[in-house]
Amino acid sequence: MAGVLVFCEVKEGKLKKVSREALSIGRQLAEQSGGDLVAFANDAAVAADAGKYGAKKLYVAKLDAYLTESFTAALAQVAKDVQPSVLLLGGTSNGRDLAPRVAARLDVGVASDVDQLRFGNGLTGRRPVYSGKAFATFEIASTPAIATTRPNAFPAEEAAGGTDAEVVEVTAAGEWKARVVETKTPEAGELTIAEADIIVSGGRGLKEATNFSLIRDLAHAIGGAVGASRATVDAGWIDHQHQVGQTGRVVSPNLYIAAGVSGAIQHLAGMSSSKHIVAINKDPEAPIFRIADLGIVGDLFQILPALTEEVKKAKAH
Amino acid sequence: MRALSGAPADNCLEDLPLNSVVCISQVPDTESRIKIAADGRHIDETGLKFIVSPYDEFALEEAIRLKEAKGGDVTVVTFGPERAAQALRECLARGATKALHVKGDSNDADSLGIAKVLAAAVKPLPHDVILFGKQGVGTDNSLVGPMVAELLGYPQVNVVTHLEVGEGKLTAHREIEGAEEVIEASMPAVITAQKGLNEPRYASLKGIMAAKKIAIDTKSIADLGLSDGDVLNARVRITKLELPPEKTGGRKVDGADAAAAAREIVKYIREEAKAL
Ligand SMILES: Cc1cc2nc3c(=O)[nH]c(=O)nc-3n(C[C@H](O)[C@H](O)[C@H](O)COP(=O)(O)OP(=O)(O)OC[C@H]3O[C@@H](n4cnc5c(N)ncnc54)[C@H](O)[C@@H]3O)c2cc1C
Ligand SMILES: Nc1ncnc2c1ncn2[C@@H]1O[C@H](COP(=O)(O)O)[C@@H](O)[C@H]1O
Repeated sequence: MAGVLVFCEVKEGKLKKVSREALSIGRQLAEQSGGDLVAFANDAAVAADAGKYGAKKLYVAKLDAYLTESFTAALAQVAKDVQPSVLLLGGTSNGRDLAPRVAARLDVGVASDVDQLRFGNGLTGRRPVYSGKAFATFEIASTPAIATTRPNAFPAEEAAGGTDAEVVEVTAAGEWKARVVETKTPEAGELTIAEADIIVSGGRGLKEATNFSLIRDLAHAIGGAVGASRATVDAGWIDHQHQVGQTGRVVSPNLYIAAGVSGAIQHLAGMSSSKHIVAINKDPEAPIFRIADLGIVGDLFQILPALTEEVKKAKAH
Repeated sequence: MRALSGAPADNCLEDLPLNSVVCISQVPDTESRIKIAADGRHIDETGLKFIVSPYDEFALEEAIRLKEAKGGDVTVVTFGPERAAQALRECLARGATKALHVKGDSNDADSLGIAKVLAAAVKPLPHDVILFGKQGVGTDNSLVGPMVAELLGYPQVNVVTHLEVGEGKLTAHREIEGAEEVIEASMPAVITAQKGLNEPRYASLKGIMAAKKIAIDTKSIADLGLSDGDVLNARVRITKLELPPEKTGGRKVDGADAAAAAREIVKYIREEAKAL
């Protein structure tokens, strides 16, 4: 078959947002390649959901939690059976763990973290390199061509007249050399920066750890995730999970609000592709203003509480 | 694969030496301004300072600590042009015991090509753990480590923030979205290092002097039984490299009146970002 196979991740019985994004761009690529869109998941519960996004079939492997080896075996087998032109995975921790492994098993090319894709004479696309300081256009000649999609880069759009995907069960047997002993979930309910649409980040301008509450309050009011500069992470004010930048996470939310962050090149590398950037800094020369769409020169200790109040008011309307 | 020789007689089983291999890539300093070369497909390397990729430093430090605790060798391996030898020297100065330089144009290799080179290079070396950075700074692929694991048939743990090595197996903490997994894997295994795994040391003067006495082993792609066709532009080809459009900066507003500034921001979020 020509067409596109999308690796889907399921959370609480639903498709993850990145998976819906991958299905949406996958559907376009399937049309361009003249084939069908099909999906892979470890839970048949998402057959209706996958169908809404245009998947004709859902290959379901009876596997529990994600494990590199078992998922590689199952996904590589489906790819061999289906022979798609393209295999897409959402750029999550697991998607990015699995893609290179499957690529090596199939001896095919893979591109990570892509933000544009087109199928013509093979798969072509674009991805940020040097932490967003440059963009590389690539082409992959192998079949399938594999890519992981950057979260938030492709809009999730349902297909017109999509019906339930037909479930096809597949098995994955083998002996695995690794196992998950424990999963630790801290701060339940807190939004993570990787997939968030809105991120509110704090920097050293907060002066001390307890003042991160100003950032948390705003993030909570606006429905966003909490981000941080490396300086605050190194100072132990907040966990590394929150770090944005070259040695943290590269994010591209719809809205990025930075307060008390100077805008060092390594921080900008992690967030400059955000669609809307608001910066609050008392230094009018701070480099963060060079990339901010709206820059506020002022004291974050005055502005953040006022902004949180104003957001709450706006939400109440 | 575990080397039994070399363990002092009075040491019991758990003190067997542990051999690790660290794959390191040499990359432009993270402070660098990136310029595009005339061919429009590569970066212009003139005047660039090169460093050991930052995540690879965490990988190296972890290997040196394992060696200090258990004995054994730490072999650093890189696939790259002549200049990459300097990166190996730096690793030797910090405490690596051996170094292998596979010479070749890694800039034109795709990730699977690099992984094939490294897998072939690592195979004959004594190894219980193979460590990588979670991502090569610059390429930002996060592909090579898991690919080597697949090619050698080893388990992998990616984005590791904590590592404990036991008898024939290791336990590693893997960072995932908003959580952490504790994974147990048999050895040999592949680990990719995340920040937080440790605090890398600087090279001491003594280390720098000692490193000068260690010869760097060199090999070519052909020595490893591979052809250029396996490695260079083999499956993925970069056709164009370009700089993003320069952001000129938007409106700057005086925030002396906090309430007015807050209203201005909310107006922007509502009308432009459409997020309220
Ligand atoms: C290899 C390497 C990798 C790195 N990776 C990262 C990374 O991933 N992410 C990252 O963030 N950094 C990274 N860095 C660090 C980076 O270079 C900067 O040191 C760091 O980003 C600075 O953090 P900051 O902006 O919070 O602090 P500072 O640079 O100290 O800035 C604080 C800002 O707060 C402002 N301010 C102070 N008080 C107030 C107030 N009352 N109201 C408003 N504004 C105020 C100041 O004007 C200043 O601009 C890396 C560095 C290296 C060498
Ligand atoms: N040319 C190379 N030589 C040795 N190791 C490499 C090379 N390229 C990548 N690596 C290793 O693979 C990791 C991931 O790189 P990448 O897949 O390019 O993001 C790096 O942190 C290194 O540990």
